[in-house]
Amino acid sequence: MNQKPGIIGKKLGFTQFYNDAGDVIRCTVIEAPNVTVLGKRTKEKDGYVALVLGMTDAKEKHLTKPQLGAFKKAGVPAKRVVKELRCHDDFAAKFEVGQVVKLDQVFEVGQLVDAKGKTRGRGFTGVMRRWNFAGFVQTHGTHEYRRHGGSIGTNMTPGRTLPNVKMGGQYGDETLSVLNLTVAKIDAERGLLFIQGGVPGAKSSLVTIRHAIKAKPKA
Amino acid sequence: MNMTKIQEFEQSLVRSDLPEFRVGDTLRVHYKIVEGDKDRIQVFQGVVIKRHRAGARSTFTVRKVSFNVGVERVFLLHSPRIDKIEIVSKGVVRRSRLFYLRELQGKAARVRDQKDA
Repeated sequence: MNQKPGIIGKKLGFTQFYNDAGDVIRCTVIEAPNVTVLGKRTKEKDGYVALVLGMTDAKEKHLTKPQLGAFKKAGVPAKRVVKELRCHDDFAAKFEVGQVVKLDQVFEVGQLVDAKGKTRGRGFTGVMRRWNFAGFVQTHGTHEYRRHGGSIGTNMTPGRTLPNVKMGGQYGDETLSVLNLTVAKIDAERGLLFIQGGVPGAKSSLVTIRHAIKAKPKA
Repeated sequence: MNMTKIQEFEQSLVRSDLPEFRVGDTLRVHYKIVEGDKDRIQVFQGVVIKRHRAGARSTFTVRKVSFNVGVERVFLLHSPRIDKIEIVSKGVVRRSRLFYLRELQGKAARVRDQKDA
């Protein structure tokens, strides 16, 4: 289970800026405004350690009474997004229930992080878009076969289509992590996190940013 | 609402110390070149053949002919590597993209100066 420290946020879009050397850094902007600790899971009580984080204020009429009770207990305004992040004891100890998590408490500029998001759903998609197949020639008498994938196997041996052959199907709308991205800039005051490179998901979708799980320690 | 936060951030990158110039103008761009840990300033003089106006991400393209070879450079307008921009002359042109200059040579590949117009 991933126990790296992290935070939830909203993907805002892309931008670029100049670093001190004058190079252009192209990055994704993640907004994590008023991410609040709603509760803690503890080893004694729950058998595991985690922080319950909430983001984006919600209208009370949109929530059920049990949900509202949980917010009332934590003493924070109701939140629309609630997510648990497993973590280590010492990271959980840094935060109190009701406390707003600042980005500079979690990340530092230059470190590697993993970004998890839900990719944009493209629906049922053909092989050209989904798997970058080349398709067929558009002329020379091609008939109703321009965007097809071609053969999906042999005849008698093995007499079946092998598993995992690339075909058309649902594309996108799946959880995807991009590993080892660099934190380019942190604006803790505005709650903006700048991550170099792309982060999966549509604009204003929920993303989870955590310390890189597979990062090699510096030699 | 989403865009404004990014726009707000990009606004902070915009430089206001550079002169206004237009397509067709001849510029001297003083550009910082970083070599190892030293940097020096290189001047690139030529005609602006394109401006890409996109806020903080704006660019402009300068074309010059050097030893009979056309050279075009795209500069990021708000880059801190641009030391300064001098306007050598203002040109009179009728379009926003002067790509036709690429096809022309010698005297034909000039832009009419505003002073002569």
